[in-house]
Amino acid sequence: MSARKLTLVHLYPREMNIYGDTGNVLVLSKRLQWRGLDAEVVRVQVGDPLPAGTDILLGGGGQDAAQGEIGRDFVSRGPELRAMADDGVVMLTICGSYQLLGHHFRTKDGRTIEGVGVLDVITTGSDQRLIGNNSIDTPWGRLVGFENHSGLTELGAGVRPLGATEPGRGNNGSDRTEGAVRANVFGTYLHGPVLAKSPQFADELLRRAYARRGSNADLEPLDDSLALAAADVASHRPR
Amino acid sequence: MNLLAIWLGKLVLLALRAAGRRGTALPGLVVEKAFPRFLARRLARLPLGVVVVSGTNGKTTTTKMVATVLAQRYRVLTNDTGGNFVRGVITAVVQQSSWRGRTPADVAVLELDEAHAVRFCQVYQPDRLLLLNVLRDQLDRFGEIDTTAQLLGTVAARTTRHVVVNRDDPRLVAVARELTAEVSYFGVAAALRPQFPTDEEMYGGEVAISELKAAVELLALELGETTELTLRIGDAEESLTLHAEGAHNAQNAAGAAALALTFGLDAATITAGLRAVQPAFGRGQSFNLAGRRVVLQLVKNPAGFRQSLRTVPGLRPAATVIAINDDYADGRDLSWLWDVEFAPLLQGNSGRLVTTGTRAADMAVRLHYDGLTADRIDPDLAGAVQQAAADVAPGETVVVFSTYTAMWQLHQVLARLTGTELR
Repeated sequence: MSARKLTLVHLYPREMNIYGDTGNVLVLSKRLQWRGLDAEVVRVQVGDPLPAGTDILLGGGGQDAAQGEIGRDFVSRGPELRAMADDGVVMLTICGSYQLLGHHFRTKDGRTIEGVGVLDVITTGSDQRLIGNNSIDTPWGRLVGFENHSGLTELGAGVRPLGATEPGRGNNGSDRTEGAVRANVFGTYLHGPVLAKSPQFADELLRRAYARRGSNADLEPLDDSLALAAADVASHRPR
Repeated sequence: MNLLAIWLGKLVLLALRAAGRRGTALPGLVVEKAFPRFLARRLARLPLGVVVVSGTNGKTTTTKMVATVLAQRYRVLTNDTGGNFVRGVITAVVQQSSWRGRTPADVAVLELDEAHAVRFCQVYQPDRLLLLNVLRDQLDRFGEIDTTAQLLGTVAARTTRHVVVNRDDPRLVAVARELTAEVSYFGVAAALRPQFPTDEEMYGGEVAISELKAAVELLALELGETTELTLRIGDAEESLTLHAEGAHNAQNAAGAAALALTFGLDAATITAGLRAVQPAFGRGQSFNLAGRRVVLQLVKNPAGFRQSLRTVPGLRPAATVIAINDDYADGRDLSWLWDVEFAPLLQGNSGRLVTTGTRAADMAVRLHYDGLTADRIDPDLAGAVQQAAADVAPGETVVVFSTYTAMWQLHQVLARLTGTELR
């Protein structure tokens, strides 16, 4: 397989890390390493430049206050992030990062935190908090994780939901959708980290990153029986 | 009225015991419903008032430290049975009072979790407060770390005399700046600070060294078969062996000492008290299971797990069991396991690796991504621990890291199987 080294960018590991989403970076880099494929992980903090050859960009959830701290830095990257998304860079954003990838976040007390408009979604703060185990079926297997958010996200016409969910869960608790996808850009409320128990989806992200580079995207299969067993247990646990 | 309340509580306790149960909530609940002002009145009689210990990690052991140190000089009432909520406190008061209605105590030392500490303060304003840390823990219950810090801020604002704060926890220092009560600090020396990273510092960036003057400072720490430390208490330097093992307990010993200083105790008395502290329930307790030493370590969150893992090389276990449940009291969200690095501490040190509990498979996946292979995955807690012990030679050590509800179940099983508890 003539694969080149993939560059994985972990955005704001210091501020947006409280729900174990760092694990998504580990899952992707290990799945490459186990196949003898090269990966470089670049941690991008507030003020750091984004690497020019970014293949996959990963962002996690953070404290509501932290989203204020990184908000300005994030918005200043708007044109670059939009260009990257248009160019097919694979992005997986969770919770707070997903919200900021949208147009804006209107907080409970009426402030507006600008997003970068990569995803056609808007988020509104609320008093209810959607917390619990959740899983959704997607074309890339079942995604299994744990949601914990008070921002409610509405999808616009420019995105599709990542999957269907029950009332009281997902993007906003009412329209039965979870997450959003636009070409190679994914947003979801599933922590867990989501890729740990969703190996097929993890490989889909890698495959897309290689495809965009024009590399042969045939990934050797791995033994994922453990992850799938864990996913099965998790999807039968109480909310 | 107080006498009636105590009798009522004691009768409920007797009834529970007759039914073969140990209750920390029910007697308190019954007394609270019948005599809502009992607790406040009883606590108000204590000549030296009430100390509350709170924070995310280390409450139970630190409460034990403060109680043991103060017991060098005073009669201490404490809720050391694990009932760290208001009703548990009422039960402790009832238990430690006589049938004639006397509560033979000078001071109360109470462990309260963040949310229950707020409730407690509505009933009674504590005289002193010791704040240990605010870390990621059970976020599905409280929502966010900043929310947890706000809860502790509310408790601190209600404290009348003295608040003792960990200067190395920026969220707590922010809380302390708002207070009218007297504030003092404890901390670890700059050279030791990298061993105690905050959740944020785990992900890069400089370790922040506090410039605040600490009343008690952890100067030196050596972790081996035992935990050896040196504290600066006021102006005196004292070295001691701590039976409650691990770096986190050494840090909390500094907190307990700083709290004891607010009572005017001298460094030698405080050190004598710390030397006498025994590990609390499930926090490094040892059991003798068919000749194998089984050490039970409670883990609840990334910082605590990271600190507990550091004891593994010193213990040299022949098997390591990780028991992960996801019931409400454990926290249903297990994503925090991904904020613990297992490879550096377990690689070559753990012996056989076993995962158990409702989320045994999840834990095995986590280990897998750190390059470690679970030799056995068995959701049945008792079976897994018994098998792990049977698989190693007599005289060997089995370390069990366990979440809260798994720890309770294992403690019962081990107590029944062994009839004894070492140490």
